[in-house]
Amino acid sequence: MHRTGELYGQFQTMEQQRETASLGMWIFLVTEVLFFGGMFMTYTLNRSTYPDVFGEASKSIDLTLGAINTVVLIGSSLTMAMSVWASQVGKKQLVTIFLIATLVLGSVFLGIKGVEYHQKFVEHHVPGLSFSFEPGASIATNAHAQLFFSLYFAMTGLHALHMIIGAGLLLWLIKQSMRGRFTPQYNTPVELVGLYWHFVDIVWIFLFPLLYLIDRH
Amino acid sequence: MSEHHIVSPKIYFAIFGALMLGTILTVVAAKIDLNQYFSGLNIIVALFIATCKASLVVLFFMHGKYSPKRTQLVIICSIFWLAILLFMTMSDYISRPWS
Amino acid sequence: MSSTPSPGKELPNEHYLNATYGIRSWLFTTDHKRIALLYLASVTFFFFIGGAFATMIRIHLLTPSGYLVTPETYNKLFTMHGVAMIFFFLIPSIPAVLGNFLIPLMIGAKDLAFPKINLLSWYIYLVGGSFVLYSFATGGLDTGWTFYTPLSSVYSNSAVTPAVIGVFINGFSSILTGLNFIVTIHTMRAPGMTWFRLPLFVWAHYATSIIFILGTPVIAITLLLAGLERMFHLGFFNPALGGDPILFQHLFWFYSHPAVYIMILPSMGVISEVIPTFARKPIFGYSFIAGSSIAIAVIGFFVWAHHMFLTGQSPYAALTFSLLSYLVAIPSAVKVFNWTATLYKGSISYDTPMLYALGFIGLFLIGGLTGLFLACLGLDIHIHDTYFVVAHFHYIMVGGAVMGYVGGLHFWWPKITGRLYPEFLARIAAVTLFVGFNLTFFPQFILGYLGMPRRYHSYPPEFQVLNVMSTAGASILALGYLLPMIYLVWSMRYGKIAGRNPWPATGLEWQTASPPMTENFDVTPEVTWEPYDYNNRPELGLPVKGGPSLTPAHGDD
Repeated sequence: MHRTGELYGQFQTMEQQRETASLGMWIFLVTEVLFFGGMFMTYTLNRSTYPDVFGEASKSIDLTLGAINTVVLIGSSLTMAMSVWASQVGKKQLVTIFLIATLVLGSVFLGIKGVEYHQKFVEHHVPGLSFSFEPGASIATNAHAQLFFSLYFAMTGLHALHMIIGAGLLLWLIKQSMRGRFTPQYNTPVELVGLYWHFVDIVWIFLFPLLYLIDRH
Repeated sequence: MSEHHIVSPKIYFAIFGALMLGTILTVVAAKIDLNQYFSGLNIIVALFIATCKASLVVLFFMHGKYSPKRTQLVIICSIFWLAILLFMTMSDYISRPWS
Repeated sequence: MSSTPSPGKELPNEHYLNATYGIRSWLFTTDHKRIALLYLASVTFFFFIGGAFATMIRIHLLTPSGYLVTPETYNKLFTMHGVAMIFFFLIPSIPAVLGNFLIPLMIGAKDLAFPKINLLSWYIYLVGGSFVLYSFATGGLDTGWTFYTPLSSVYSNSAVTPAVIGVFINGFSSILTGLNFIVTIHTMRAPGMTWFRLPLFVWAHYATSIIFILGTPVIAITLLLAGLERMFHLGFFNPALGGDPILFQHLFWFYSHPAVYIMILPSMGVISEVIPTFARKPIFGYSFIAGSSIAIAVIGFFVWAHHMFLTGQSPYAALTFSLLSYLVAIPSAVKVFNWTATLYKGSISYDTPMLYALGFIGLFLIGGLTGLFLACLGLDIHIHDTYFVVAHFHYIMVGGAVMGYVGGLHFWWPKITGRLYPEFLARIAAVTLFVGFNLTFFPQFILGYLGMPRRYHSYPPEFQVLNVMSTAGASILALGYLLPMIYLVWSMRYGKIAGRNPWPATGLEWQTASPPMTENFDVTPEVTWEPYDYNNRPELGLPVKGGPSLTPAHGDD
């Protein structure tokens, strides 16, 4: 299909193209909701089966780092939203600046996540042969704590993978934005990556209390 | 749905403030033993705050409030189907007479 | 025989098949019609792989003790048959081949909304398929197509990991196809093509796509967790480590039950196109057929635990799921009644696609009604995991889905290739398929009811007669599949030129050239007519009320 300017050949108008792209992104996010949904289901069942061990295991994660990461990620959502705004009102330089800010905050999040993972590794809390929850814990407690950490790593790992993909998308956007491609007439890519980024933020908004905040009293 | 709604930065910053507040609230609420008043209240409060925060993100950051009805339907469907998955599956586990 | 009513008996000078040449023009195409053909080749490949396993299973079961393979190999055979057929043939078959080809043509669009993503989903299918073939080639897997844990995650020594990875990857192909279809149907319709003027084939694919996007992610994540469990010895679904194996089944069937409707709904869409065409009547109850597709897709998400009545789930949940399962019968029956009502007083001609459609109705009826037996909690405990179940789902998946697929291929073959297949041979093939199918699977209902369990490599001697009948039927069935393969390929070169609208039918896809040009239509069409208006469209070569009846064009006239 031929492309005229920013309009791809299968579409009649820019408006149709924009609506189509936006709907496509939303539908993709629906699939993401159910993708993470299967994990949340596994979490729900296991937590309801082993509430006490999950509480104990949760306490061993660093709450401060988790809370800081929550603030960082929500902050990156703000800068992302601002870059969408900047592209809508045609402030081309601001678009780039906010996109870079988003990328930086996202990288900070991943960095802190790495520190947390390292702590868990040192503490032998990474599921596997050398897993050991607490010295002297019973075999059952150990197994159930390992379930918690399996879920912790699976859920935050999948979330981090989404962040990495998001960071890649941001890099591409920054490159395009520096060329001045995004204008009030055409800013669909910024908008769509924004939707994706906010979605990843929402997943974290749920992961934070579910993983970090069990039995903290 | 034709004209693109532009949300002003003021609203974005206000929402960011609300989200920060929610984050503080959820940590504070977790530090208090609410379960003594009502079993499971801690997790209920935590999920309630998380849902409020998520709703703010969807409605304002993601422009859900200003989106066409079709998009809003898509959002509702995703929540509905997630609920089917969670509730119908848990209905099995909570209704087993032997556990 | 009468002459064809369609104008123009020459192939168009330029069409999507000859617009560009060379292998690159196919591998990098974004034309939905070419991608459909790529899918056609790939799903046919997997169909024959799955078919080869089925053949071996049936030969093995000729004698009570089984003489072809060892018990371990037998377990692998039925597993690989299931994996190849379900994930790599049935699920993509109609949507990715016929749906891909036809949806843009039917709604008057130049292409799908995201042509590159469409090509991407084919490549994802290939990558997923390669992993599964690798698993087959390195010893195969023996878990059953359901991958139940902890057998699949802990105890099986076979090549489970690559197969799970393959099916996981393939899921994204389905998701992207579904996403593409939904967005296309929402935003790419031609002017005047309102929702209630959409062909029912498109409605069926819309419903299918709902399942694609809402169900497939769940099986993807479930298989991911099971795969992680196998690779890193985690315990999500392993009771020895505190996990819950029934949870795997819940998550698995949350997708895999609706997946049955992924297979049957598009087929129903084909039938809804074929029947009014060869009954030459507007379809009866258009909005009810459209609505029932959506209803099946939605209700299909509330019934999954009827696969798990014997797992030790809560009896209250089982009762609820049993009751909810009955609800699926309502929209399914709505469709069957509407199709038969369309036939009533129609001017029916028994052309090949019509033979498949009529066959579909009969076989789907048997498959659907025996589904009610299985939805019944009490009865299911008796016939669970017997050949009754095997017969039931083959009546739905082969008698229903595959009949619709082959019928649909015949119906739109003139549009796809621009040529007609030999009608006489095609009718013989259709009858062969029908006879072979029933002879294969009807005895299995009896076997199951008498108590022969599924997935066993041997059986008591008193079951031999029925098993021999089943194997005999399978060889007839195989012939019924080979025959169309041969004459359809033959007709691509030697078939008679079809013209735009050989049957003729009212759909928008018949108003462009056969084969269509790359951009589908010269000018974007404007729809001013109601769907299936077989009484008031003389410009298409259709008879007006009271006029002389007409005969469709045939390849061997």
